[in-house]
Amino acid sequence: MNEIIIDVKNVSIRFGQNKVIDDISFQVERGDFIGLAGPNGAGKTTLAKAILCLLPLESGTITLFGQHGARFNYFSKIGYLPQKNSNLNSIFPASVEEVVSLGLLAAKKIPKVITKSDQSKVRKTLGELGILKLKNKMLSELSGGQQQRVLLARALVSEPELLVFDEPSTALDPASRNNFFRLIRTLNRKKGITIILITHDTGYIGNYANKLLYIDRRLVYFGEISAFCKPKKGGHFFEKTDNHIIWHQHN
Amino acid sequence: MKKPIIILFGISIINMEIINFLQYSFVQKAFLAGSFVAVVCSILGLFLVLRKMSLIGDGLSHVSFGAIALGLFFGFYPFYVAIPVVMIASFFILKISEKAKIYGDAAIGIVSSVGIAGGVILASASNGFNVDLFSYLFGNILAISNTEVILSIVLSLIVMILVYVFYWDLFSATFDEEYAKTTGVKTNFINILIAFLTAITVILSVKMVGVMLVSALLILPAVTALQLSKKFQVALLMSSFISLFSVLLGITFSFFLDLPTGAMIVMMNFLFFCLTFFYRKVFD
Repeated sequence: MNEIIIDVKNVSIRFGQNKVIDDISFQVERGDFIGLAGPNGAGKTTLAKAILCLLPLESGTITLFGQHGARFNYFSKIGYLPQKNSNLNSIFPASVEEVVSLGLLAAKKIPKVITKSDQSKVRKTLGELGILKLKNKMLSELSGGQQQRVLLARALVSEPELLVFDEPSTALDPASRNNFFRLIRTLNRKKGITIILITHDTGYIGNYANKLLYIDRRLVYFGEISAFCKPKKGGHFFEKTDNHIIWHQHN
Repeated sequence: MKKPIIILFGISIINMEIINFLQYSFVQKAFLAGSFVAVVCSILGLFLVLRKMSLIGDGLSHVSFGAIALGLFFGFYPFYVAIPVVMIASFFILKISEKAKIYGDAAIGIVSSVGIAGGVILASASNGFNVDLFSYLFGNILAISNTEVILSIVLSLIVMILVYVFYWDLFSATFDEEYAKTTGVKTNFINILIAFLTAITVILSVKMVGVMLVSALLILPAVTALQLSKKFQVALLMSSFISLFSVLLGITFSFFLDLPTGAMIVMMNFLFFCLTFFYRKVFD
């Protein structure tokens, strides 16, 4: 068994009267590629944000890289790619180079300064993702696929050990989506980066992830995708179409 | 031969006028304090505009009206009262919009109207300082005192140093607050810092352009720079230069044309905005 880097124990989260996560427990091992799936309103993004220490818990604990969530400060070990453009301001005059530099802040202390060597790291990461020529462009001038790569570069530039993606393929066409998923599979297999990827596409994720975390406010399934794909396993949880898609995509 | 001689004569008269103008100590003080305040306003303004908090300057300037009235009422130096009161008001705006299920603009509206109402009540109750108080409505940087020059420079330097120290955190929290949190940026602290720095900047600007026009100093240089910049650092520099030139030109024109200084500074800023706006429309 690999090292446990995320330990979620009996976590519940409530927004006002609404309990959005109810007593969920699971563990993520180093090197896992986990597809986090579930229907609309199942609490996928909420759970991911709780793992990233962005939300307070009603009860339970989350331990990240051996640190309790509330006291977590190894921020340079995590990279986050939010849902495309969800928070981006289109008139913000930020160049691609400046945006990617933000990924390096986690490892810095006040006063934070972006040095020459940081700039080299930024350019190296942009080069690896094939978007170095965009470094002086404004983020809002780019296409959806290019923006996604820039935000991926921001998540990767600090060389994190854990990457959390929130529905990264929403705005991508099928070809860009395939490229994007192949890229993150390479990161997982060659660099050993642990990945949690939120998706609606339970079928597609079967091609890439080794584990599936399926929630619907409560934990429905957590384990190997191969085991999940057997019709008997969890068959009563899902619509037939879901099982069908996962089964074929996985093959 | 007559025309060039007349032109040269005219230019030398203008040069003499400008040299005389620059020798007045009240002009030197206005240029000095105005330059610092202009740069600070433009820097803070860029963060505020991009955070969609532009009107916080307007709200806090109205609070400063009430706070100045309070200072005058009790016989204190108005700015010494205004600084803590406006800082508390900025914190209050931040907290009621976070905790009380009130949108930011509504929170600004509440604080702003209470500030004005307080000022009017105090002015009415005192019967003695109405002229002093109402001079703050439109400001007059040409009447700035030595104490106010020193206060402007010191407070501006404090704001600039804090912006330099927290530059990347301010940038990150303004660009994408949620992402900033995942990189360990203390976004709550950054929000409070911006509110406090805005409070200081507003108080400094009140003397220059007056309560009614402060928000123009915060908003106009920023939106002008946003017309042309594709990089945040360029936007900051451009915004600072536009603000600085507007203040220097505004003071100069107001002196020679005998027009109100605060209003001229705002009109210069607006002129730069129009120029960049049309430049962008034509060349983009």
